Amino acid sequence: MGIKKWLPALVSAAAIILQLVIEPNGKHPLAQHDYYLYFSIIIGAVTLMCAAGGIMNKKFGEKWLFKAPFWTGVIAFFAVFDILTEKFCILPAIYFPSPSRILEAIAEDHELLIKCLMYSARLLITGFAGGALAGIATGIAIGFSKKTDYWVSPIIRILGPIPSTAWIPLVLISFPSAVSASAFLIGLAVWFPTTIMTSSGIKNINNSIFEVSSTLGAGRMYQIFKVGVPSAMPSMFIGLFNGICSSFITLMTAEMIGAKYGIGWYVNWQKEMMSYANVYAGLIIIAVLCSLLITLLFKIRDKVLVWQKGVIKW
Amino acid sequence: MVGEIEVKDVVQTFVQPDGEKLTALNHVNLHIDAGSFVSFIGPSGCGKTTLLRLMAGLSKPTSGELLLDGEKIKGPNHSRGLVFQNPTLFPWLNIYDNVAFGLRARKIFKDRKNEVDEYLKLVGLDGFAKAYPHQLSGGMAQRASLARAIIGHPKVLLLDEPLGALDAFTRMNMQDELLRIRKEKNMTMVMVTHDVDEALYLSDKIVVMSPRPAKIEWITDVGLYRPRARNNPEFLRLRSKILKTLNYAGTEAEPEYSI
Repeated sequence: MGIKKWLPALVSAAAIILQLVIEPNGKHPLAQHDYYLYFSIIIGAVTLMCAAGGIMNKKFGEKWLFKAPFWTGVIAFFAVFDILTEKFCILPAIYFPSPSRILEAIAEDHELLIKCLMYSARLLITGFAGGALAGIATGIAIGFSKKTDYWVSPIIRILGPIPSTAWIPLVLISFPSAVSASAFLIGLAVWFPTTIMTSSGIKNINNSIFEVSSTLGAGRMYQIFKVGVPSAMPSMFIGLFNGICSSFITLMTAEMIGAKYGIGWYVNWQKEMMSYANVYAGLIIIAVLCSLLITLLFKIRDKVLVWQKGVIKW
Repeated sequence: MVGEIEVKDVVQTFVQPDGEKLTALNHVNLHIDAGSFVSFIGPSGCGKTTLLRLMAGLSKPTSGELLLDGEKIKGPNHSRGLVFQNPTLFPWLNIYDNVAFGLRARKIFKDRKNEVDEYLKLVGLDGFAKAYPHQLSGGMAQRASLARAIIGHPKVLLLDEPLGALDAFTRMNMQDELLRIRKEKNMTMVMVTHDVDEALYLSDKIVVMSPRPAKIEWITDVGLYRPRARNNPEFLRLRSKILKTLNYAGTEAEPEYSI
């Protein structure tokens, strides 16, 4: 048991030694500085401190013990990747840059990357918020009004499954700017799953819950917003998750249409320039942005659906 | 005293999925005195739940009418509270907010805020205000459902097999609670049940119904003093008479003689 909490630091140490001992094979273009070595030293120091901190703080120690194997795996992955690329050049050098070069790309291009990140985040948040609100509103309308269901549902069934990027030609000529067109496309991608899941969540509510609320004196509007919406909330969140995932895909494509900045644009541009280290750098940034947003949505869900604890797990 | 129900020549027919008409109630007439406890008893399909839903206003009769204190029942309303067999609590609200739901819906929560704790106490749930429905046992959830139904001071409380899902001991406890609440809050109670003993223990009047075609078979006044003993001879006599009416008395075996 004793060694488990030290594993990440030990693997980091091994990575540092490998880095110092094995000579690069030379076929691989080298970074100007040995970024991966610096990175390994920092990670090694941090994991060492975490393991040491765990001894002093028992609660943190338990958490760290749980996480230690995972971080060991992550650190080992980078070390193996480094061996496969820079050290022995087993993977093709053009498509698989070494960790050092990816880190270099992030370090040297950080100004542009931050600018692109802000640009993408703004687009994503505007599009997502708009699409989510519209989706929830449409879903509620379909769920509660038979007339809306009759007229709108078939339209959704026809338009919904079309990937929102297929609308690019039409959207480009109908929107004043590329930004608003991209935001609309992202909104469209979020709107569809949110609408479907909200309306089906409402339709699946047990009727007796509405009957009880009506005998308690609740009017129609009160029933919709205080009974229908909270009951459909779990299903609504599933729709939002599907929406946020398709919004990432749409973002990447939407940024290819006349965008000036953005992570999707950056990745695309760097790919054309064949600088794959920068492509990977962009992909890492995207992954961080997406997982941050998903984590945020999870946090909100846990807060809103606190009553569900032990009822439904997904 | 308020809470008098009049059922006048009510017919209720349903169209089944295969297009066939089903008569759930056939020209039913009934009078329920204000403040009394009335039970509907009978096998499945005798129309007792249909009748209760009509009283709640959750469905409309095909013909005939139902009156509460001389006024026609047009739809569901807080003057007639309802408790189902399943507690049907709002799972996203804690017990306090579940009980307060009706007050909030009617925008009278501010004036009657203190009553929420009072009613929680009345049903023995003080201390559980912050709990969520899934954390409660069946009996406790049903108590919460009861408090939620009566906090709005309904004239009539409609109970659709309210104790059907509870174990025998919880059930007997809850029967006493129902009587205590009725005495304290003074309301008409109408209950649907499968349980002859429960009906006899609680009711002033028992309406025995039979299916195919659904109709009222027999109405009896239970002239027993309260509190009632479940083994009182009159209690047992009425019990066997109700079972006979429902054809559930069973046939006693002929004594066998062997020489």
